Amino acid sequence: MRRLLDVLREDLRLTGTKEGCGEGECGACSVIVDGEVINSCLVPVCQTQKAQILTVEGLAMDGRLNGLQQAFLECGGAQCGICTPGMLIAARALLEANAQPSRDEIKEAIAGNLCRCTGYVKIIDAIEQAATAPAQIL
Amino acid sequence: MAVGKNILRKDGYEKLTGAARYVDDVTLEGMLYGKTIRSRIARGRIKSIAYDAAFDWSQIVIADYRDIPGKNYVALIEDDQPLLAENEIRHYAEPILLIAAANKDLLEAAAHHIHIEYEQWSPVLSIEDALACREIIYGTDNIFKRFLIGRGDVEEGFAQAERIIEGEYRVPHQEQLYIEPQGMIAIPGNEAMTLMGSMQCPYYIHKAIKQLFHLNDEQVVVIQMTTGGGFGGKEEYPSVIAAHAALLAHKAQRPVKLIYDRAEDIAATPKRHPGVIRHRTGVRRDGRMVASEIDLVFDGGAYVTLTPVVLSRGVIHALGPYACDNVRIQARAIATNTPPNGAFRGFGAPQVAFAYEMQMEKIAAELGMDSLELRRINMLREGDTTATGQTLIWSVGSEEVLNEAVERANYQAQRLAFSQSHSSIQTSTTNHVEAHKRRGIGLSFFLHGAGFTGSGEAKMKAQAGIEIMANGHPRVLSGSTEIGQGTRTIFSQIVAEELSLDFSAVEIEEPDTSRVPDSGPTVASRTCMVVGRVVQMAAREVKAKLLHFVAERFAAPEVELREGKFMVAEKALADFQEMACEYVNLFGELRCFAHYASPPEIEWNEETYSGDAYPVYSWGAEVAEVEVDMDTYEVTVVRLTTAQDIGRAIHPLLAAGQIEGGTLQAVGYGLLEELVWDQGRIINNRLTNYIIPTALDAPDMETIIVEKAYPHGPFGAKGVGELPINGAAPAIAAAVFQATGAFLSEIPITPERLQAAIEKVTTDEHR
Ligand code: FES
Ligand code: FES
Repeated sequence: MRRLLDVLREDLRLTGTKEGCGEGECGACSVIVDGEVINSCLVPVCQTQKAQILTVEGLAMDGRLNGLQQAFLECGGAQCGICTPGMLIAARALLEANAQPSRDEIKEAIAGNLCRCTGYVKIIDAIEQAATAPAQIL
Repeated sequence: MAVGKNILRKDGYEKLTGAARYVDDVTLEGMLYGKTIRSRIARGRIKSIAYDAAFDWSQIVIADYRDIPGKNYVALIEDDQPLLAENEIRHYAEPILLIAAANKDLLEAAAHHIHIEYEQWSPVLSIEDALACREIIYGTDNIFKRFLIGRGDVEEGFAQAERIIEGEYRVPHQEQLYIEPQGMIAIPGNEAMTLMGSMQCPYYIHKAIKQLFHLNDEQVVVIQMTTGGGFGGKEEYPSVIAAHAALLAHKAQRPVKLIYDRAEDIAATPKRHPGVIRHRTGVRRDGRMVASEIDLVFDGGAYVTLTPVVLSRGVIHALGPYACDNVRIQARAIATNTPPNGAFRGFGAPQVAFAYEMQMEKIAAELGMDSLELRRINMLREGDTTATGQTLIWSVGSEEVLNEAVERANYQAQRLAFSQSHSSIQTSTTNHVEAHKRRGIGLSFFLHGAGFTGSGEAKMKAQAGIEIMANGHPRVLSGSTEIGQGTRTIFSQIVAEELSLDFSAVEIEEPDTSRVPDSGPTVASRTCMVVGRVVQMAAREVKAKLLHFVAERFAAPEVELREGKFMVAEKALADFQEMACEYVNLFGELRCFAHYASPPEIEWNEETYSGDAYPVYSWGAEVAEVEVDMDTYEVTVVRLTTAQDIGRAIHPLLAAGQIEGGTLQAVGYGLLEELVWDQGRIINNRLTNYIIPTALDAPDMETIIVEKAYPHGPFGAKGVGELPINGAAPAIAAAVFQATGAFLSEIPITPERLQAAIEKVTTDEHR
C-alpha cells in the first residue's frame, strides 16, 4: 500500500509537498483532495482514485504567484520554507470556505500545520492580507 | 537605500511555489538509500552481530568501522566520538552499522535481519549520577570541562550583604525540531566525494570528510541545499550523517541518500543541554547585589562534541544583564550515557537566563520589593563592567529595551490590577472556593553576546568575497548558509547599499565549498554582524577599485558612486554595470576578498577567562501575560511584548520574524517541551508525543526593535538570531508566580509541575 505522498513525490516528481513526520502531526504533506485538506502521508493512494488533487505546484498561474503566495512573500510568512507548501494549502482551503476569516479562525485552520521558524505571526498576517483580495487566490 | 527596507526575500519565489530543492527532493541515477543501525542499550559492549543466513544479502551494501579509510572519529573539538561504534557503546541510538539498498522496502527488510547482542553495563543517566562518580565514564571524574570566572572578593561581598538568598533551578533538554528532518546525499568520485544536503556549516563537513577519507581540499565538495530549519541542530550533526552517507557511497561506488525519519532524528541527534544552576546572592536591603555565587552544571551526553563551547557561553552569561562587584561562577559539564547534547539556538544562554531571572524574582519576593525596581537597581548600563571584567563601551540598549517593553505592555498598571484582583479573590472566597482562572503578568530582562565567544572570531578570521560577473553585477561569495533567517536577502542589501545598486542586481553564490570561501559556521548570531561586516568590507574594496579605474579612465579624480552611477558633481560619467563590465574585460576578473578582524578595542584572556567575552551584546526585555486555569493547571500565554536591541535591523520584517520565531520556541521551552526517558532511551521521540507550539499556542505578540548602533557591525547591526530564545521562559514563570503564588524553579511548566507547586504553596500557607 503506497501513500498518496509517495506517489506525488516519487512518481509524479511533485516534490513541493513535504514529509515532516509521516504520521499526520505536522501538516507539511497537506494537499487538497476533492475540496478537503488531508495529510497525504496518511492516505493510501488507492483511496484517491479519480479524485481532484491540489498541491502547492497548482497555486501559481503561468509562473506568477497567486494572491495568497504573494501575501506570504510580502508579509514574511515563509522562512525556511519547509512548512510553506502545507500552510498555503491549509490557507487556501480556509479561504475557499470562509472568505473573511478572523485571526482566531485562521489559527484554528492552520493548527494542524507546524512551523518552527515564524512563531506563526507572519503566516497569520499573510492569510489575513490575502483575504482582502480573494479573487486573486482561487 | 536598500538597508532598513523590507525587500521581498531572495529565496521567496522558490519557497512559495514548491520549486525549492531540499535534500529529499533529489533523486539521482543509480542512487541507493542508506540506513543507520543503532544501539539499543545505553552502555555496554557489542557481543556479536549476526546476519540471518536466509536473507539475500547480495543486494545490500553493509559498512562498519573497518571500512573507514582514516581514523574512526568525527572531527570536532576532541576526537572522542567514533563515526561508528567499534565495541563499546556509550549511548542509546549510537551508530554501529550502515546499510544501503536500491529501494526503501528492501532496506527495511534487511534491517530486520540483523541481530546485535550486547553485554550491558550500568549507565550514568543524570547529572546527579555523574557527579556521584559511582560509575566513571569519562576521565577520572566524569567531567568534560570546567570553567571558573570571578571578580572582586565574594566572601567580603557576602559579609556586607544584609540578606543572602539561595535558589536552585533546573532546565530540561529541548529538541530543535526543524520541520525538515536531517538528510544528506553522498556522491563518490575517483578519489573524490561530493556531499549535498541539509546543513548550517558546509566547512565543518568538509573538514570531517577530508580526515575520514584522506582526501584534500579540492577532492571534497560540500554543497548546501535549501535547508528546512536548523536552530543549531544542523550545526555539528550533519558531519556525522554526511560521513555515514559517504562511507556507504565509497563502498558501493554509487550515490547514497541518507534521510532520517522523525523518530530517528529525535532519538539520535543532539539537543539543548539540560542543566542545574544554583545561585547564592548577597543583597543589601535596598536591593543592591553585593555578592553573587553561581554554580552551573550542564549534561553533555556521551561525547564531548561542542559541550565546552556551550558551557563557556553559559558561564559568561550566568550573571545576566546585571552588575555585581563580587562574583564567583563555577561551571562544569559532565558526561552521561545519553546522546551527545549540542548546539541549539542560544547555546547555553537560555538555560542560565531562566535561572538568573527567576533568582531576581526570588530576591524581589524575599525583600518585599518590586522585581522591576530590583532589575533597574542592578542592571548593566553603558560604562558598567560585566562578570568577566568587560567594560561596556558601546551599543548598550539595556534601559531602552526595558523601558519600551514595560511601557508598551502597560506592565505596571496590569501588574497592580492583577495583584488587586487576587487579593479580592482571597478575601471574598471562603472554604477553598477558588476562582476558575487567574491572570498574571511577568517580566524578563536579558542579554546575548553576538559572535563567537572570546577569541573565537579572531582565530576564525572569517572570509567572504565579491566577484563581478560577466554582466557587470556583483555576486557574493560566502560560506554562510540560508536556513530561513534571511542570509541571502540581507547580504544582498548590504552589498546593494555599499555599491549604491538596486537590490535585485546582487546575486548570491550557492554555498558550495568549491566556489565559496570559509566564512565560518552559520551559528552564534554571527552571520549578519560578523560575516555581513566582511561582505561589506569586500564590497568597499570592489568600490575602491572601480572608483580608481573610472577616475583614471575619465581623468576625473573627484568621481563618486551614487545610485548606480559614477558621478562627478552632478554629471554622470558612466553606469556601474558598464564600468564593471569594462574592468572585467580589461583585467580578466574583479574579485575582492576580505576577512574579519576583531575591533582593536577588544581583548580577551583565555587563561584567566576574563576580558571582553564578546565584542558587543544584544539586549532584550519581555513581558508575558498569562491565564492559569486553576482546575486543569493549564497555562495560556495571552500576550507577549518584547523589545530587543539589535543595533540596526538590516531588514526589519526578517528581524521581527527571527524574534517572533525564537520567542515561540522559547514558549515551548518554558511550557510544553519535555523529553521522556527510559534507561537512556527517549520514549516520546515522535511528533505525537513531543509537543511543540501550534498556531493555537501562539500568543499575540508585539515586537519592538530598538536600534543602538554598533560601530563595528554592518550599518550598526548586531546579532539577532539567538537573543529572542532567552526571554519567554522566565517571563512566563514570573507571570505564573504572580497569578498563582507558585514559584516554579523548573521548566517546562506542565500542568503536573504547576499543580505540585500550587499544592505546596497551599500547604505552606496552612502550616
Ligand atoms: S508528514 Fe504528513 S503530517 Fe507530517
Ligand atoms: S518557515 Fe520554517 S518551518 Fe515554517
